[in-house]
Amino acid sequence: MAGSGTAHMRSTDSPVLTVDDLVVEFPVGRKQKVHAVSGLNLDLLPGETLGILGESGCGKSTAGRAVMQLPSPTSGRVHLGERELTGLKTRDLRKARARMQMIMQDPTSSLNPRRKVKDLVAEGLAIWGFDGTAEEKEARIRETLTAVGLDPTVVWDRRPHELSGGQCQRVCIARALMMNPKVLICDEPVSALDVSVQAQILNLLERTKEQYDLSMIFIAHDVSVVKNISDRVMVLYLGKTCEVIPSGDMETRAAHPYTRMLLASIPGAGDREVASSAAAVELPSPLNPPSGCRFRTRCPLATERCAAEEPELRELHPGQFVACHHPVG
Amino acid sequence: MFMPRKQTPEGSSLTRTQLGAVGAGLLIAGLALLVVGWSAPLVLFAKAVLVLAGVVTTSQGLSRVVWAVRGRRPDILVWLCSAWLVLLITVALLAPLLPLGEHVDVASALTAPTYQTPELLSEHPLGTNNYGLDLLARSVYGARTSLVISLLAVAIGTVVGGSIGVVAGYFRAGVDSVVGIFTNALLAVPPLILLIALGTVLDPKIRNIALALALITIPSMIRLARANTIAFAQREFVLAARAMGATRLRVMVRELTPNVMLPVFSMMIVMISVLIVAEASLSFLGLGIQAPEPTWGNMISEGEGGTMQDFPHVVLVPGTFLFLTVFSFNLLGEKAQKRWDARSAKI
Amino acid sequence: MTSDYLLEVDDVRTEFATSRGLVRAVDGVSLTLRPGETLGIVGESGSGKSVLGRTIMGLITNGPSTTVSGTVRLAGQDVHAISASQRRKLWGPKVAMVFQDPMTSLNPVKKVGVHITEALRLHLGVGKAEARERAVDLLKKVGIPEPARRMNQYPHELSGGMRQRVVIAMALSCDPELLIADEPTTALDVTVQKQILDLLASLSTTLNMATILISHDLGAVEGRTDRVQVMYAGRVVETARTQTVFNAPSHPYAEALLASIPRLNDPPHTILRAIDGTPPDMANPPSGCRFAPRCVYAADNCRTDPPVLADLGTALEPHRVACHYPLPAPGVTPPDLDPAGLVKEKN
Repeated sequence: MAGSGTAHMRSTDSPVLTVDDLVVEFPVGRKQKVHAVSGLNLDLLPGETLGILGESGCGKSTAGRAVMQLPSPTSGRVHLGERELTGLKTRDLRKARARMQMIMQDPTSSLNPRRKVKDLVAEGLAIWGFDGTAEEKEARIRETLTAVGLDPTVVWDRRPHELSGGQCQRVCIARALMMNPKVLICDEPVSALDVSVQAQILNLLERTKEQYDLSMIFIAHDVSVVKNISDRVMVLYLGKTCEVIPSGDMETRAAHPYTRMLLASIPGAGDREVASSAAAVELPSPLNPPSGCRFRTRCPLATERCAAEEPELRELHPGQFVACHHPVG
Repeated sequence: MFMPRKQTPEGSSLTRTQLGAVGAGLLIAGLALLVVGWSAPLVLFAKAVLVLAGVVTTSQGLSRVVWAVRGRRPDILVWLCSAWLVLLITVALLAPLLPLGEHVDVASALTAPTYQTPELLSEHPLGTNNYGLDLLARSVYGARTSLVISLLAVAIGTVVGGSIGVVAGYFRAGVDSVVGIFTNALLAVPPLILLIALGTVLDPKIRNIALALALITIPSMIRLARANTIAFAQREFVLAARAMGATRLRVMVRELTPNVMLPVFSMMIVMISVLIVAEASLSFLGLGIQAPEPTWGNMISEGEGGTMQDFPHVVLVPGTFLFLTVFSFNLLGEKAQKRWDARSAKI
Repeated sequence: MTSDYLLEVDDVRTEFATSRGLVRAVDGVSLTLRPGETLGIVGESGSGKSVLGRTIMGLITNGPSTTVSGTVRLAGQDVHAISASQRRKLWGPKVAMVFQDPMTSLNPVKKVGVHITEALRLHLGVGKAEARERAVDLLKKVGIPEPARRMNQYPHELSGGMRQRVVIAMALSCDPELLIADEPTTALDVTVQKQILDLLASLSTTLNMATILISHDLGAVEGRTDRVQVMYAGRVVETARTQTVFNAPSHPYAEALLASIPRLNDPPHTILRAIDGTPPDMANPPSGCRFAPRCVYAADNCRTDPPVLADLGTALEPHRVACHYPLPAPGVTPPDLDPAGLVKEKN
């Protein structure tokens, strides 16, 4: 918000994941707090991919982790299917959230350097137990490794530092798949990878989603990547939703000035005026976000109304929701 | 295009054969120095200088020969230190089976010469003390006591300190501040004074001395384990494990401990050397294991009262054992630290 | 001998002796740059692009574990043949460098103004007041609002983009003839990256300053440099006018790299043309063409004979490609190859 509101929530369907009014604040120093996420609402339908787009510091990673209850949000409710995750006892929470899995940015850091691939992938089974013989267990691990494009015989006894970044990310995906998740939360899964390897992982995520019947939340800062993999894109700015838009022709239909600025920032093409007008202004501190629309300090279209009144998400076109008093176009 | 591999071993400007020749020359010269230094009828000081020069030259020669053969420069000091420790530990373990002289029973040493100077091929190669007890045997049995005490103490200190450190580093907040006060309090007491205080209260038995020494290692182990746990707990693999449903205990035992173990292990090696010195100091002060039961510390204290001026070997023999062992543990610990720190930084 | 080139790099090789063996990070790279010309060097991590930049700069020179061969002639001087103090005199007035992370290029305890005035006073010998005046001018030139106030701030008080502007201002302080920017935007936020790239491009035009822009991001180079040089595993695979490489790449790697990036105009869920495999281990690179193991067009001789850079272009517009089977101009389908067949992902 730029803005708040629930206009974009689809009540008719039965979502796999619903997030209501999620708020994450971190106390810093005396009486101050970082407003990382302020009132996030989202729903995720079966088989859908929701892209979350924003600069660093917009709260997108924090939101992803708060959905996983790692750590639990300051307030707000998260439902995975029918089950409410917020306020569960530790033991129940551990069990319930295992159906959501996370893929993180730095694949080498998200694997324990002292463990071998076979143990890393089997970790979920080691925690929750496996009904079956040791052979069945090994067969399952091999099958999953093959599914993510790794040769089990080659990587079986390797440790993370003996693998490339792309291979580590594949191990992370295999490990998540072993948990039979319903929802996969990918937090910048390709930004630490080599350019030539990114496409492999994006294709793999797309394919696994089909094969394992997953729903996905894909968090990234790269507009092209998010558009490519998502059905719906949510744009965040300083912990608030700016725009929710079907990914289809978002590059032409985007109406929020911030979304337009992100589109313009793609090296190569785009309108330079929007980008340059916001050039001099820096991201405001999340300790003390601007009143009204949080984007107004960098917005070329901002008026007095934007400072006084916080815009609500409203439907501009079917399926496209914008929290802005002066949407573009 | 194919480039022929250079004939020069890595890091050297000489070719393989040249390097090998230089190494062989140094090796022979070094060995000659050793022989002359040991057997020539010179004053003790000149002998020591010659032997030392021999050791240095021999090791340099050996290192160059290995360098020429394997193509990579070996760390000869590490090999020498490891060799010394392996030898010492083997001999200490097998002491009762070896044909050593009498080490503790004064009565059975009545016929043996007292204060005999070291004579390599005699019955007492490293000489005898005032009771005629064999110094080689006493040094070997002394090694048993020293090693048992310091290993036991380090083991206790690591297990206790390491687990407290991991728990404090993982939970932070309340636990951490309580642990912090405890560690700082322990560190505020000078270790030797603490040991002397404990030594006067406790029975001088191996178990008690080990417990007292463990107390010295605990605070530094806590600090090390805590700092490493904090660093590793911020890595994403901890978050990943929790996302999969791992309990906090599992995260600490299975995820964090194996990573914290490496730096702790290299610290353990350094600690062993510190504790060997501490134990020797206690024994020297008469607060450790009591004579005639030998430890390096009480053997050195036999040189008190003018004995050292007349018979320096009584002090020099256990002193050399102590020096070499402490030096070796220190060096190996340092190497281990360097290697494992660099590696975890890379990962 | 005088030439009309500002920079001539001839067959440069940079090798590092590591514990895993000899790593030839840059393997026979040549390039030339005229005054005022801009060149983009594009490659993935491990392609040797940053090492090349530092070798040109003279930051990497022969050392105990580093070997540099070939010549780098900058403004008539051989960077690797002159003394270290002569080389330092080149840095600033002749060549300057901007690094990836602006925070590490700035001293956290020095104010912004001090960073710039220091360079001015050291290299140009101007007085305190004049240096300050010039520094304010420089900050204005790199698009920093309220430059006089920023002079008194510390680096941590600025945002990442502003810090990188300060670093650029420092680099410009002695009017260098060549600016090497090594991944200048990788550590910055998406919305800021373009601003910095545009700033560099416009500065090089207005100041008529030759620029080398090193990046892993093809988009960063597109439209901002005259020529581009694509590197893979230490070697140049293609070099031509930027527009040519983007519109009609001739090397399969350049083509595949361009095709593997998601395009904003493509509909969602477009399957990307991924490049199989991973970049090679530089301690043990493949013989023959280094891209051959990942190349869909590779034939048997690609795996054995390394291709040389051959010129496909004209005298006016050189277009050099290191490939046995360079791709034809667009519109011509290579025989026996169904472009649709490449779309399917192979794992």
